[in-house]
Amino acid sequence: MSTAKMKRIIISILKYFTLILGGFISVLPIVVCVITAFKTPEEYASTNVMTLPKSWFYFENFIQAWSQANMGIAFRNSIIILVFVLAGSILTGSMLAYVLSRFKFRGNGFIRNLFLFASLLPGIAMQVSVYQIMYSLGWINFLPGYIIMMCGTDIISIYIFIQFFENIPDSLDESAIMDGCTYFGVFFRILFPLLKPAIVTVMILKGVGVYNEYYTANLYLQDKNRLVTVATSLFKFTGPLGNQYNYICAGVIITMVPALIVFILCQKQIYGGLAAGAVKG
Amino acid sequence: MRTGGVKARPAFYQRKECVGFMNEKKSFKAWITSGKVNRKLCIFTFMFVPVALLLVFTYIPFFKMIGFSFYDMKYIGEREFVGLKNYLEVFTRQDCFQALKLSLYYIVASFIQLALALYFASVLSFKVKGSGVFKGLMFFPYLVCGIAVGFIFKFFYTRGFVLDTVLQWCGFNLEQLPYWLRDTRINNISVAATSVWRYMGQGMVMFIGAIMSVDASLYEAGDIDGANSFQKFIYIILPSIKTIIVLNMILSITGSLSVFEPPYVITGGDFGTGTYFVIMNELAHESQKVGLASAMAIVLLILIMIATMIQKWVEKYYFGVGDAEPLREVRKRKKRLEAKGGAR
Repeated sequence: MSTAKMKRIIISILKYFTLILGGFISVLPIVVCVITAFKTPEEYASTNVMTLPKSWFYFENFIQAWSQANMGIAFRNSIIILVFVLAGSILTGSMLAYVLSRFKFRGNGFIRNLFLFASLLPGIAMQVSVYQIMYSLGWINFLPGYIIMMCGTDIISIYIFIQFFENIPDSLDESAIMDGCTYFGVFFRILFPLLKPAIVTVMILKGVGVYNEYYTANLYLQDKNRLVTVATSLFKFTGPLGNQYNYICAGVIITMVPALIVFILCQKQIYGGLAAGAVKG
Repeated sequence: MRTGGVKARPAFYQRKECVGFMNEKKSFKAWITSGKVNRKLCIFTFMFVPVALLLVFTYIPFFKMIGFSFYDMKYIGEREFVGLKNYLEVFTRQDCFQALKLSLYYIVASFIQLALALYFASVLSFKVKGSGVFKGLMFFPYLVCGIAVGFIFKFFYTRGFVLDTVLQWCGFNLEQLPYWLRDTRINNISVAATSVWRYMGQGMVMFIGAIMSVDASLYEAGDIDGANSFQKFIYIILPSIKTIIVLNMILSITGSLSVFEPPYVITGGDFGTGTYFVIMNELAHESQKVGLASAMAIVLLILIMIATMIQKWVEKYYFGVGDAEPLREVRKRKKRLEAKGGAR
């Protein structure tokens, strides 16, 4: 065997070794959670965390976690928030992008810069005074208020929409106007349906953020019986239940399942969306 | 991020040219659909909601926060003007300053994360068996919500649990192992590692996207010249995606200054793991020192602005903006010309 061939084999062994190690480290914390979620309390107390459970059909932990963390209500609230926030921010974001990319008017650049500067302000720091505004609006513990606040369009989605509009030829707008369409008509009848790929990208980027949003949900939806979301529901396990890891792990797995399903179904779009969001510079 | 200017658009998007549509009748409907009015109406209605949201939830709070930072106040009740006292306190308080130092751990962590992401991205963008599976496994942590990550790692690091067991398999003795979340020598590293775990895959997917957009003919040319994978990485991939790498490095500095979730959820900021935002959150919402918390936010904002300005400068210096040449090249040429002139 030649040395070149030897070298190539060694490199590919190293390559697969690092890949397997990386994959192993990525799933290990999650796999251990799955294992623990299927253990009975006695098993949990007596066996090592890495030993497999006796039965993979012991669902008591999941039932317990579901009812103790109020997960039925949590999923309902999260779905409501997700649907309205996505609809709201996609509609407003794409409308703004249409105006900013197509119309030339005084203040166009100014408004772009307003959004650009806003993206520099760290979100959590802002909550110190946003809280005060939400408080004076009476929007603490008020789901529609929370949804409106979350709709505040972020620069990334506006940017993706603007980018997309730039690539749609003007001739489409032109022929619509010739046929007597108004500007509103141009947007809603002609351009909006063409935005589909950009909408998918924004839905993924924003959807992940909204579903996982913990800080603002915890701050503005304090009524944990009525207004709990999937992300905040797990907080139930910090108190006296803090050591019952068989329940906690079951709860963690439950919150992960929707993400896993979406991931398996739309893997391509998720990767594509992230890459599109990244190559923005 | 550059948003660019407004491209030249057809006449009907300009103010003076949008004379009217087909409708000539004088009615309300005709008026509303006439070019000029319709144009204004469209601009106004389409911008109203997003701009209003931006003002109410970003700019009004922002200016209010600047105001708050000069007061000693709570959310409700009396407030007292104290001038710059809050700012002085930010720099003299032990916990605030300590917290800023913690950012260093996260900066190092995010550089490690970028390096790993770059490594795996370049490995996976060549032919690898099961690349889809590896990519999926390493990416999935990004989709797990922050608080779940917190619980997963609380469990992972607990004495005698997952990490300790794995290390014992590798031959370590439990007695020698530290308490991962309590030992102040190591706990910040443990917590920062969780954010590497969570975000490495996202960086990897981003880099894969960037590498995929590299012109494939470059690789073919490399193959013809007999380049191996390592050479291809150094001479083809790295130069093509350096902009996005530098961008991410600077973003990770701003990100590291504003770390919040990992320490908040995993340790609650105990045992010296409270980052700047954890402290700020505590001050604002638990001890209700709104003025001090606002001052902290403003100080951080100034730091982030400085980092961003450096980023803009680096971008201009090394890569040029739009069609403009990078400043570095211009200066090099100038120097060369001067040297030539001097020799003569």
